[in-house]
Amino acid sequence: MHSKTLGWILLAPTLLILFLFGVVPFIYVVFVSFHQWNPFGANPNMVFNWANNYRRVVFDAQFITSLQVTAAFVFFAVTSQLILGYALAQAFMRDFPGKSFFRTIHTLPLIMAPIIVGSVWKLMTTPSIGIIPNLLSNWFGYDLNIGQSATQAFITTVVMDIWHWTPLVTLTMIAALVSLPPDPFEQAQIDGANRRQIFWHITLPMIRPAILATLFIRLMDAMRTVDEVLMLTGGGPGSATRYVGVHIFKEVFPRTNYGYGSAISVVVLYLTIVVCWLMYVGLIAPRNKGKG
Amino acid sequence: MRKGNPWLSVLFWTLISLATLFPIYWLFVISVKPAVELFSTPSIWLTEIYWQNYVDVLNNRTLRGYMVNSLVISSGNAVLCTTLGFFACYALSRFDLGGKESIFFWTITNRMAPPAVFLLPLFLLLTQVYRVGDFSLADTRIGMILIYCTFNLPFAIWTLRPTLDGIPKELDEAAYVDGASPWKVITEVVFPLARPGLAVTLILTWVFAWNEYLLAATLTNFNARTLTTGLSEYVTTTGTNWGIMAAISVFTLIPALIVFSLVQRHIVAGLTFGAVKG
Repeated sequence: MHSKTLGWILLAPTLLILFLFGVVPFIYVVFVSFHQWNPFGANPNMVFNWANNYRRVVFDAQFITSLQVTAAFVFFAVTSQLILGYALAQAFMRDFPGKSFFRTIHTLPLIMAPIIVGSVWKLMTTPSIGIIPNLLSNWFGYDLNIGQSATQAFITTVVMDIWHWTPLVTLTMIAALVSLPPDPFEQAQIDGANRRQIFWHITLPMIRPAILATLFIRLMDAMRTVDEVLMLTGGGPGSATRYVGVHIFKEVFPRTNYGYGSAISVVVLYLTIVVCWLMYVGLIAPRNKGKG
Repeated sequence: MRKGNPWLSVLFWTLISLATLFPIYWLFVISVKPAVELFSTPSIWLTEIYWQNYVDVLNNRTLRGYMVNSLVISSGNAVLCTTLGFFACYALSRFDLGGKESIFFWTITNRMAPPAVFLLPLFLLLTQVYRVGDFSLADTRIGMILIYCTFNLPFAIWTLRPTLDGIPKELDEAAYVDGASPWKVITEVVFPLARPGLAVTLILTWVFAWNEYLLAATLTNFNARTLTTGLSEYVTTTGTNWGIMAAISVFTLIPALIVFSLVQRHIVAGLTFGAVKG
C-alpha cells in the first residue's frame, strides 16, 4: 500500500522472536555439535573436535534402538489410525439421530494435553489400581503388567496413541467424504459396480489428497511423541518404549555432555526433515502435479 | 447417505463414545476415592464421592504457585501470539513485501520441528547467552512466554491469514482516503471485523500453551514451573499418590474442556494447519 516500511515494522516483532527462539537455537545446536564440551568434565571449555560426536552417534546402540522402536511405534500407530479412522468416517456417513452429539464426544481427546492422556492411561493400566489389568485377569486370566513386559508396554503406548489421535483422522476423513460429489457413485452403481470396486476405483482416488495430508500430519506428530509415553512408561521397561524424543529427554538432556547431546539433536532433526521431505516428494507433490 | 437401520448406527456410536469417554471417567473415579480404597478391587461404579484430593491440591502452596504460573504463561503467550500474529498477517495481507510468501511458509517450519531437538540448545541459550547482567530468561515466566511463541506464533499466523485476507482491502483504502492513520485503520476498521478469527486463535493458542509439558519440564526449575510439570513430579519411583495425581490431572483438564465447548468446530482445522475445515 503506502509505505513498505510500515509492513516491515508490523512484521518485525514476529520475525525477531522466531529468529531468537527458532533460528538461533538451530544454528547454535549445529555449532555445539562439532565441539567437545562438558562444563562439568575434566576440561570445561569448548574444544572443536570435527565430526567425532557424529561418529559416536552412528555407533550408539541405545540411540539406534530408540530409532527402531520409534519406527515401529509410528508404523503401528499411524496405520491403525488411518484404517480405523476411515472405517469410523464411513460409519458416520449414514443418517442417524444424534450425529452432532457423537461427533462432539469423538473430538474430545484431541484437545487433551498429551501429559494428561499419559496420566489417564497410567491410571487405567497400573496393575494395582487400573481397571484394565483387573478385568483382563478376571475375565481371561491374562496378566497385564506394563512395568514388566516390553511387548505389553509397547502395545499399550500404541493403543493410547490410537485412542488419542484416531478422532483427528476420522474427522478429516468425514470432511473429505462429505465434500465428494454424488454423481460418480450413482453412475458406478448404475453400471453395476460392487462396493469393493467403488471403494478402490472411485472413493480412494478421490479422497487420496485428504488421506495423504492426514498421513503427513500424523507421521510428523507421531515421530515426536514424548509427553504421554514419558508419563505412561517412562520409556521402559528397558528401552521398549524409549522413542527418540523420550531418549533425548531422559538420556541425553540430563547428561552434561553438551557436544554429544547436540549431535544427537541435529541427527534427529535431520531424520525428521528427511522423512517429511520424502513423504512430500514421493506422495504429495506428484499428486498435486497430476491435478494441474 | 447410505441406508440401513439408524438405531444400529446409534448403538455403534454409543459404544465408540463409551470407549472415548471411559478413560476420562476413570480419571475422575480415581480422583474421588480415598487412598485406602484404591487398592481394593477396582470397581467401575462410584458409591461415594470423596473430595479430599481436590482440597489437598488447592491447599498445596507449591501446586497453587504452579497453577498461577500456568495461567500467567498461557494467558501472556496467547495474548502476545494473537497480537503479533494479527499485526504480521495484516502486513502479509496488505503490503507488497518482497519474499512475503516465503516468510509465511518459513514461520510454519518452526512449528513442524520436533521440540525435543530444541531442549538442549534452548537450555544452553537461556542459561548462558540470553542474559543481561544478572537478569537471565532461564526459569522466568517471561522466558517461557517467549519460548512458547515458537509453536504458537506460527499457528496464530496460519489461522489468522485467511481471516485478514477475507477482509476487503477497499475498506481500509476508503479509511485512508478519509485521512485515517494506519494505527486507526488497524484498530478501528480491521480489528472489529477480524474479531471472530482472533477469538478462536486466542483460545486455541491459550490451550496449546496450557497443555505444554516438555519445554516447561526442562527449562524451568522452580519459579516458572507449570501445572503439567507438577503432575509429573507426583509420579515417583518410591510410590505415587494416585489420588492427588488424578486430581491435578482433572484441574489441568478442566480449562481444556471449557475451551473445547467454545471452539469445538475449529479444533480440527487448527490441528491440521488449516488443511481441513472441521
